[in-house]
Amino acid sequence: MGTSLGFHIVFAVLGVGLPLLLVVAEGLWLRTKDEAWLALARRWSRAFGILFAVGAVSGTTLSFELGLLWPRFMAFSGAIFGLPFTAEGFAFFLEAIFLGLYLYGWNRLTPVAHWLTGIPVAVSGALSSVFVVMANAWMNSPSGFRLDAAGRLVDVDPIAAAFNASTPTEDPHMLVSAYVVTGFVVASVYAAGLLRGRLDALHRRGLLLGMGMGAVAIVLAGITGDSSARFIYQAQPAKFAALEAVYTTTRCAPVSLLGIPSDAEHRVRYTVQIPCLLSLLAAFDPNAEVKGLDSFPAGDRPNPVLVHLSFDTMVGLGTAIGLVAALFWLLVIWRRRIPLRRLLLWALVLSGPAAVAAMEAGWFVTEFGRQPWIVYGILRTSDAATTAPALGLTFAIFFLIYIGLALTTARLLLWQAARNRAAA
Amino acid sequence: MSQAEIVAAVLWLALTAYAVLAGADFGGGVWDLLATGPRATEQRRAVAEAMGPVWEANHVWLIFLIVGMFTAFPSAFATLALALYVPFTIGLVGIVLRGAAFAFRAHGREAVGGASMWGVAFGAASVIAPLAMATGIAAVTSGHPDRWDTPFAFLLGLFAVAICAYLAATYLTVETEGTPLEADFRRRALLAGVVSGVLALACLALSPIGAPYLWRALAGRGLPLLVLALLNGPIALGAVWFSRPRVARVAVVAQVVFVLWAWALGQWPYLIPPDVTIQAAAAPAGTLTAWLGVTAVGAALLLPSLWLLFRVFKARNPAAIL
Repeated sequence: MGTSLGFHIVFAVLGVGLPLLLVVAEGLWLRTKDEAWLALARRWSRAFGILFAVGAVSGTTLSFELGLLWPRFMAFSGAIFGLPFTAEGFAFFLEAIFLGLYLYGWNRLTPVAHWLTGIPVAVSGALSSVFVVMANAWMNSPSGFRLDAAGRLVDVDPIAAAFNASTPTEDPHMLVSAYVVTGFVVASVYAAGLLRGRLDALHRRGLLLGMGMGAVAIVLAGITGDSSARFIYQAQPAKFAALEAVYTTTRCAPVSLLGIPSDAEHRVRYTVQIPCLLSLLAAFDPNAEVKGLDSFPAGDRPNPVLVHLSFDTMVGLGTAIGLVAALFWLLVIWRRRIPLRRLLLWALVLSGPAAVAAMEAGWFVTEFGRQPWIVYGILRTSDAATTAPALGLTFAIFFLIYIGLALTTARLLLWQAARNRAAA
Repeated sequence: MSQAEIVAAVLWLALTAYAVLAGADFGGGVWDLLATGPRATEQRRAVAEAMGPVWEANHVWLIFLIVGMFTAFPSAFATLALALYVPFTIGLVGIVLRGAAFAFRAHGREAVGGASMWGVAFGAASVIAPLAMATGIAAVTSGHPDRWDTPFAFLLGLFAVAICAYLAATYLTVETEGTPLEADFRRRALLAGVVSGVLALACLALSPIGAPYLWRALAGRGLPLLVLALLNGPIALGAVWFSRPRVARVAVVAQVVFVLWAWALGQWPYLIPPDVTIQAAAAPAGTLTAWLGVTAVGAALLLPSLWLLFRVFKARNPAAIL
């Protein structure tokens, strides 16, 4: 399941971000009649055809696996948090329909009508993300139901479950992260082209557009991530202790940069600590108390090594690509042209994979940080899994399929790029 | 009808839509695999052109069905997921490979090639997916959801593949009207029609032993629709024989609808015979109300969009719906 999710999410975020870039590029072409914008839109639409299909089938895998791997989780939760999945189903319907019109409609629709079909793709892509993350937010902040004395579900209110306490912080953070990843991945592709000496208008515009989206989104990701962390400090103290690697409950808690938490020694090794900063960030008060892992029973603690390192990876890479974006735009505004220094271009090339890694690390934080619970405080992961035999075999089969799909997708995208160059 | 029964009926409509729309896309894969003769490449291209703009939208009916099932009937969904783990997982592998293989070929044909690994994967997965899913459905109708490994279940799986191929061939006959391909797909429709008819009768004959609950369902409340299906079958085949592709298309779609609803009406009010009823498996009332609300809003957006999609791509042959 985790493998499926980690695989699907890369395609899913491009499914959210790319249509917006397509609409912007094609819209700029309609306004300016500059053919470079049209060429960009057409190239991206071909690449998107493959990415969307792989995202769609891997998403189907997830909807099945929810039941196949977590039957008891679904028997318990389906009635409460199924609603956003149904809403997501409709958003996905609209995305698939208008994408069909968009991909195959270049020669059948007028230019303006064609551009218009891209807008529902971008909107429903964003809505898909919003709905599906509502369901995950509910796993963090289960609400909208009561358990009676016999442990049966009563007073189920799926609307309240969808708009649970985690939704206002988790949802925006995921949505802007999707734009971060798309923006930096696109910029990375065109920076690589510029490095190889392809200095045409198309590469410059591709880079500008990608960096435009990436720069705006990374700022928003910082803001939404900050409010997410503050929410977790209040609502999920064990997760917060794990992601900041705090062992003993303290006032004036420090921020530990990097380092490896050691359960045996109850402290973080190889780290740099900034005193009181954590209390200040979490509660705007340098003397605020931060609960340590030690205040939770051993069976209720997430794994601090995994969660802390994932958290630092996310924040570190996010900050790094934010700095690259800031430098890029400063140089653009200063010099009034696209900077072509090799060092900066290399940094831009690396920022694409870095953005993907930051997003994956973010999912590690939220998923492993919630352990040992699948529904926080209500249902343990170990109680929810399937008892079906041969799980290892299923896992191996899907793992191999995903590797095959990833390799073929990469090969085809490279082939498309080569053909684009040959045609240009 | 109770609220739970309305939800079940809506989900059954979605299953019907999935069967007649996406079923034909699987059938397209079958004809891609079996493309023969001097026009084999053109046959494959006709399949790809017909499926291209619509297959992803058709596929979403399945996702809608799955999430609707786990929202509105969570305990039944969990029971089925445990009992049908193997056939559903195999079906899922088929669905993943089919979709990915189609996209890989459609957006990079020269890179992958017609007879390449992905080409074969597209056809083979198009057979495996409906076969495995129908095997699971057969197990449910038999009253033993975990007994998907019976001769009856396998026979019903084969019937599902054949009817998918039948749907696809009749749709493609309309899509290729006036070209040499029309005759190719007419022959294929005849073949698939006869094969699916024989398999359907075999399933029916075997059901008193293989799936007694299904037999009772069909012989009981499902009987009127079963009789309609038995009368309609020869009409559909006759329409193909006498080269009336549009009539044939309507008749074959009707055939699928009759069969699915004969089963549905017959086993009403049971979701999983012999003991799980629609009412007993239903989620609490709050969930059902909210689900119906979301579905009403979603349908108001979905149906005009679907109309637009088919209008733009199937306008040459109005109401062609592969």
